[in-house]
Amino acid sequence: MRLRVRHQTAYSYDSPIAAAIQTLRLTPRNYDGLRVVQWRVWSDRRRELPVFIDGYGNPTHCHAVNYPHTDATVFVEGEVETAATHGIVRGAPEPLPPLFFLRRTPLTVPDAALEALARQAAPQGSVLKQLHALLHLVRDRVDYLRGATDVATTAAEALAAGAGVCQDHAHIFIAAARQLGIPARYVGGYIWTGLETQEYQATHAWAETFVHDLGWVGFDPANRICPTEAYIRTSVGLDYRSAAPVRGIRRGAGAETLSVAVNVIQAGVDQ
Amino acid sequence: MGSPEPSDVNLPAAEKPETAIPFDEMGTAGQCRPHYELVRRWLDETPPELLALKRREAELLFRRIGITFAVYAEGGDPERLIPFDIIPRVLDAAEWELVSRGLRQRVRALNAFIRDVYHRREILRAGLMPPALVLHNEGFRPEMQDFEPAQGVYTHVAGIDIVRLGPREFTVLEDNCRTPSGVSYMMENREAMMRLFPDLFAHHRIASVAHYPEELLDTLQSVAPPNCQGEPRVALLTPGAHNSAYYEHSFLADEMGIELVEGADLFVDDNVVYMRTTEGPKRVDVLYRRVDDDFLDPLTFRPESVVGTPGLFNAYRSGNLTLANGVGAGIADDKAIYRFVPAMIRFYLGEEPILSNVRTFSCAQDGDLAYVLDHLEELVVKEARGSGGYGMLIGPQATQEQLAEFRAKLRAAPGDYIAQPTLALSTCPTFVEAGIAPRHVDLRPFVLVGRDIRIVPGGLTRVAMRAGSLVVNSSQGGGTKDTWVLED
Repeated sequence: MRLRVRHQTAYSYDSPIAAAIQTLRLTPRNYDGLRVVQWRVWSDRRRELPVFIDGYGNPTHCHAVNYPHTDATVFVEGEVETAATHGIVRGAPEPLPPLFFLRRTPLTVPDAALEALARQAAPQGSVLKQLHALLHLVRDRVDYLRGATDVATTAAEALAAGAGVCQDHAHIFIAAARQLGIPARYVGGYIWTGLETQEYQATHAWAETFVHDLGWVGFDPANRICPTEAYIRTSVGLDYRSAAPVRGIRRGAGAETLSVAVNVIQAGVDQ
Repeated sequence: MGSPEPSDVNLPAAEKPETAIPFDEMGTAGQCRPHYELVRRWLDETPPELLALKRREAELLFRRIGITFAVYAEGGDPERLIPFDIIPRVLDAAEWELVSRGLRQRVRALNAFIRDVYHRREILRAGLMPPALVLHNEGFRPEMQDFEPAQGVYTHVAGIDIVRLGPREFTVLEDNCRTPSGVSYMMENREAMMRLFPDLFAHHRIASVAHYPEELLDTLQSVAPPNCQGEPRVALLTPGAHNSAYYEHSFLADEMGIELVEGADLFVDDNVVYMRTTEGPKRVDVLYRRVDDDFLDPLTFRPESVVGTPGLFNAYRSGNLTLANGVGAGIADDKAIYRFVPAMIRFYLGEEPILSNVRTFSCAQDGDLAYVLDHLEELVVKEARGSGGYGMLIGPQATQEQLAEFRAKLRAAPGDYIAQPTLALSTCPTFVEAGIAPRHVDLRPFVLVGRDIRIVPGGLTRVAMRAGSLVVNSSQGGGTKDTWVLED
């Protein structure tokens, strides 16, 4: 499937701020299920953004504006060719070994409820069956609800609240999988929904787990499926904090208004 | 926050074990070791009143300089002076040759280890260490994976804490690979001794330590990042005046003639670091940073950090900046990793360790755990992740309740603890209330690693001022001494 992404993030401030800087993990890398045809990240303040590969293998751009300004817009535009792999991620650069992804993080520390959730999935037999059980358990327990959580919400908190967004579903899934001794990681990316209206859903988060004989396998608990050719992975990490698509800091008092527009369409198909 | 404290947790606060007679640096009664002859003669020939006067002068000197105790312990009275003992600790050329050879070897292995754990992890593949011990260690920074700092150096300034157990037996108590402090004491102690006793220095060949700042600057310049253009600009990054080691930060910046900067003095543009100056922004190539990893860059590490500079790590990974010490070097000085340093020396260098390690039991291993439980009365038990001596057990001093409590803790979470025997640290004559008496000492030499390895002869000698105490840290009344390395 050929997918075209247009992602625009506009920052505006009610009074000039002195400086702003963002780290952007919004660029896919090739693997068996995806080939980058073209990809570009830039802003209206800078034509070129410097990029490096981070420790997890994520292409990481840095956008800095070191003078007073009241607005800046970051653009991501690209095209990829994807293929269905049943969620299996092969051929991706894997700088860190699976064992590393059993490490707990503040956002994914299990509490009693998470341990209980993991135990519910445990009797399913094979690791793959446990993970599929978990896929549904997580979604059964946590409704999709925007605004109930934020970027600092932990897996335990979201599970207790029974509500959250894809990021929370991913965190809960990751925490429970690690509890079962299965290496798990956070994935950020884009998704083609086929629905032009629900633009906010085009940025997405899910999980990948390491299964012997298969390697890394994706699970998207928010949608109760393994990733398909509609998914474009742009970052991995232990949790949201290390895989965050955007991390930013600004200097100055101006209140920020953020406006995000994401568009993922099928290329070559008339819109 | 603050730099990792030169830890004293390795030094059990126990009285010295009854069984072992510690090695005395000066020698036993009537048998002065040759290189201490000059100190002995000096002590014999100087009237006690004069020595007492000199001690008071020394205290005034330190007060005037303003060097205070806070380097070593946070929360202490910031105005309290660390006691300075005017009787030097002396090493002869042969002893220093042995120690410095051992230090070079050890620091080469530590750097090789850090480089390896952030690349192919051959040491784990070889089965020499449990992989989870590294990969699940908080000191392991995934952000560093596959990054090669300039010259492949990760720990540029290593403070290796050494104790002496016998004539030729020097043992490493702890490696400090992140931001070891204390070198300003080494220099100020020498300065004070030279002012107080110029004659001693006129008549003996005592290796100088005054060139440390120069050696440090050379070392930092030799690790300029790949994208550095022309002469590298070096600056010292401090968390600020509230930091316990701020005196040392400003002292070293001053001595090296480089800028002392805080996070807010820097900014990152196009993944390049600039320093704000009255003449406009100036590119910075090397940062001798005395800020912990966690607080360096809120964009990569703790988002709430206010002492760091956003984007610093991006500049580092992009080859536009060298951070000294490197990020993630803490994996090498973790307490649970320490016991594998001899294995690292054999694995990476193919050599036998010159400096020995303290025998360390990993309670996570069944055999070790059984031994530790059986010998708890003789051992020191520490939290593998702990610092500052919290949550530790000193077997020889513990009550039955404390021993029972630790047995339960060890059984419940053995992986959280390590255990070591109580050591008989060497002693050195020291001025105390009652006159001159032997007191236990350790030694922290500072090893500089850039294109080559340099060690200013000696280091910082710390001394436990209390009779029988093995605790040399200043928060426990420990003091310091000038450390002399005699030249042949």
